[in-house]
Amino acid sequence: MAPLSKRLAVIVLAALAIIFSAASLPAKAGPYEDAIAGFAEDSFGDTMRSIRAVAESGHDLAPKVLEALQDRRLLYSAQTKKVFIRDKADKLFDAATGQPVTGEPPADTDSVRINNRLRGIINAAIGSLTLMVADPARRMEAAQAVFKSRDASALPALTRAIERETVPEIKETMIEARAAIVLTRAGASTADKLQAIEAIRARGDNRALALLKGVPANAPPEVRKAVEAAIVSVEDNLALWGYVQNFWYGLSLGSVLLLAAIGLAITFGVMGVINMAHGEMVMLGAYTTFVIQEIFRAYAPDMFDASIVVAIPAAFIVAGLFGIAIERGIIRFLYGRPLETLLATWGLSLVLQQFVRSIFGPTNRDVSAVSWMDGAFQVGQMVVTYNRLWIIAFAIVVFAALLALLRYTRIGLEMRAVTQNRQMASGLGIRTGRVDALTFGLGSGIAGMAGVALSQIDNVSPNLGQGYIIDSFMVVVFGGVGNLWGTLVGALSLGVANKFLEPWAGAVLAKIFILVAIILFIQKRPRGLFALKGRAVEA
Amino acid sequence: MAASFTTHPLHGRSGFAFLMTDTGGKVLLGLLVLAAVVVPILNLAVPEGSPFHMPNYLVALFGKYLCYALLALSVDLIWGYCGILSLGHGAFFALGGYAMGMYLMRQIGDRGVYAHPTLPDFMVFLNWKELPWYWHGFDMFWFAAIMILVAPGILAFAFGWFAFRSRVSGVYLSIISQALTYALMLAFFRNDMGFGGNNGLTDFKELLGFDLQAAETRAGLFATTAIVLGLSYILCRYIVYSKLGRILIAIRDAENRVRFLGYRPEYYKLFVFTLSACLAGVAGALYVPQIGIINPSEFAPAFSIEIVIWVAIGGRGCLYGAVLGAIVVNYAKTYFTGALPEIWLYMLGGLFIAVTLFLPKGIVGTVTSFDGARSLFGRKPQNPAPEKADG
Repeated sequence: MAPLSKRLAVIVLAALAIIFSAASLPAKAGPYEDAIAGFAEDSFGDTMRSIRAVAESGHDLAPKVLEALQDRRLLYSAQTKKVFIRDKADKLFDAATGQPVTGEPPADTDSVRINNRLRGIINAAIGSLTLMVADPARRMEAAQAVFKSRDASALPALTRAIERETVPEIKETMIEARAAIVLTRAGASTADKLQAIEAIRARGDNRALALLKGVPANAPPEVRKAVEAAIVSVEDNLALWGYVQNFWYGLSLGSVLLLAAIGLAITFGVMGVINMAHGEMVMLGAYTTFVIQEIFRAYAPDMFDASIVVAIPAAFIVAGLFGIAIERGIIRFLYGRPLETLLATWGLSLVLQQFVRSIFGPTNRDVSAVSWMDGAFQVGQMVVTYNRLWIIAFAIVVFAALLALLRYTRIGLEMRAVTQNRQMASGLGIRTGRVDALTFGLGSGIAGMAGVALSQIDNVSPNLGQGYIIDSFMVVVFGGVGNLWGTLVGALSLGVANKFLEPWAGAVLAKIFILVAIILFIQKRPRGLFALKGRAVEA
Repeated sequence: MAASFTTHPLHGRSGFAFLMTDTGGKVLLGLLVLAAVVVPILNLAVPEGSPFHMPNYLVALFGKYLCYALLALSVDLIWGYCGILSLGHGAFFALGGYAMGMYLMRQIGDRGVYAHPTLPDFMVFLNWKELPWYWHGFDMFWFAAIMILVAPGILAFAFGWFAFRSRVSGVYLSIISQALTYALMLAFFRNDMGFGGNNGLTDFKELLGFDLQAAETRAGLFATTAIVLGLSYILCRYIVYSKLGRILIAIRDAENRVRFLGYRPEYYKLFVFTLSACLAGVAGALYVPQIGIINPSEFAPAFSIEIVIWVAIGGRGCLYGAVLGAIVVNYAKTYFTGALPEIWLYMLGGLFIAVTLFLPKGIVGTVTSFDGARSLFGRKPQNPAPEKADG
């Protein structure tokens, strides 16, 4: 865009030239000078007219004058009808020329009075002048401010600013702001209004919708028609973004479910062990995060941001060790008796909950968000929070790592072998007891890592795991036992379905619908979405 | 259903053989009759200062134990004798309780806080104008009594119809039955369901014209509960001793073989599951007037799992063992939650683990396996077969 940069250079040069000329040449009487003289009358009506005129003049001294007026630093002399700016260092300048005042100022100088109404007008006027400052961020801000205020007096400044604007996004916002003003102004022509409607339609958010709906019913028919078409189009756009947003929330919920369920998919799916204490492994992971954060607070507060990174392996180890202990201590005596395993692990979950309650107390513990997980950004009409984004990424990484572990490592190979045929594997020299313990530890350790993620979005309390255990089982049962891909699809589809049902059914009813739907689904496909085929089913 | 060509092993005995051969059952029935007579006497006839006087709260407490015992009996019928581990039996219990609660709410009439002639207080509070359709009829006891059986029965029938026909069994069935009660709990917590939401139904005044606060009514309720438990025991015992019961046990031990022999296991399971749900509903209906409240926490999955542990501790596959387990565990719960509240959850959790690891046959099974105890308890209870590993 060579012509553009050339034009920019010309503009900058012109602006510089004006500044210097304004400082050196004697002022000609123009609209700006007339407006300045109006301040000397010191009546609110004249002051208001002057503010508008100064803003519309686009003169280089205009921002200075208005800021001075706002801060009560604009002085006038009733006798000489001269207006001065007093700067922060108490020096006086002639408001009309910008020249420093030499010699004694008139004796009767007083500051120009303003009231609240005038303050509002000054703010809008400064806003419209800020449209032309050098800093793009401030220009953007000013354009958005004008869009909100729809102040007709900003129109000339806005038009000039649009001509000068070089950054496409800012220019677009400015055009939208101008459209907003034109649309609401009574005097604008139909053609202008149609153009304005087009620009507002392109904006496509709730504010645009409100603006379009605010167009009076007595507008000319073609305007009315265009407005109605635009409203439909904006509503469609919003509905589309609504779907995107729901989908995103669903993915986010799904990734949480995936993290909670994937460990279960290993212990239940791969080993065939019902671990009702799985939720408590998640809870232990969350409490590990709490403890790690407390340690960081006490010993290394300036490295607090690293606490989550440390907590992930720590939670894996803590929950994994608990898992191995559970497998060696209880579950290995109950292989082949799934219902008894269910009862024993349920008892274990009660014990673990009470254990944590005895140590940490029954109330919620505070796990803080680290700085790099805090905050949000905007995509289109949708807000994306960083912690959700990180959790989705984390779930994907964990899932991929687990798949790789099962497929490419020695222990993964042994796990699969023991799952498929325990006796054959044992006959080939695999120590099945050790593999069982490690598999269970792996599943529990992943649950612990899920706890780290959940501590960022949920209350860390002894009941944390209880809230996820039924959902996790639903995910595994829905997705199909013994298949990690099934768990992935199950978790994401349940999460998305939940979030799409929520807007019209409410959170509780949505959950009930999902549960009933799964219960019915299980009737149709008792082995889940991705069922293992062949003889393994009967094993 | 295929006819069996061999002579039934139970043929040729008297009509009451199912009870006469059951020493433990006879002891239980004797104790129940005794309790139904003695407890009201100790409560009403013995003056208050006497050391033999039984205070009102104990009558209500024992009544609660007996309701739980009936609930445990219903779970043992399906788990002990048919291998169906329901983790959602609390739902049937609560539905029966709600049916009774709705009747009791309608009996309040205009004596509620808002003195509305037909609407219960919580509906007035929610600004409802008229009674929802499903509350109609509950002002009549006979209708409520039918609903106590029908509401849990229909739910169990529908659930079982889908589950058993598509051969959902083992842990899958357990987990979806748990999801069922969880979904119902969420639903009943909602105010716009019209069942009192979070607070449930309470503030009952009278049952069939008897004042619920009166000691006589409470003693009568206790005696009724004892008698209903006794009759239910006889019914369950009759079923498990009959040819039907033999098939149920066969289904428990080897469902596929029963199917290959020409039976349709799903219908047997459906029958016994529905019956068990009705019994649970009756237990809930007897529970509500004695406790004075029913709320959605009865639907909590944790409660349903607790029922299973009563049965497991008492002795699965032995009907009086379930009754014994319910009473023993609940007595321990009352004692420990009062004396050492911190310890109770450790104990309950420990019980789950210890019973499954060390007492797979429960108290009754363990005791009767000692030879010396055999004469005391008569015949050996049918031992639970090892779980089928088809989960």
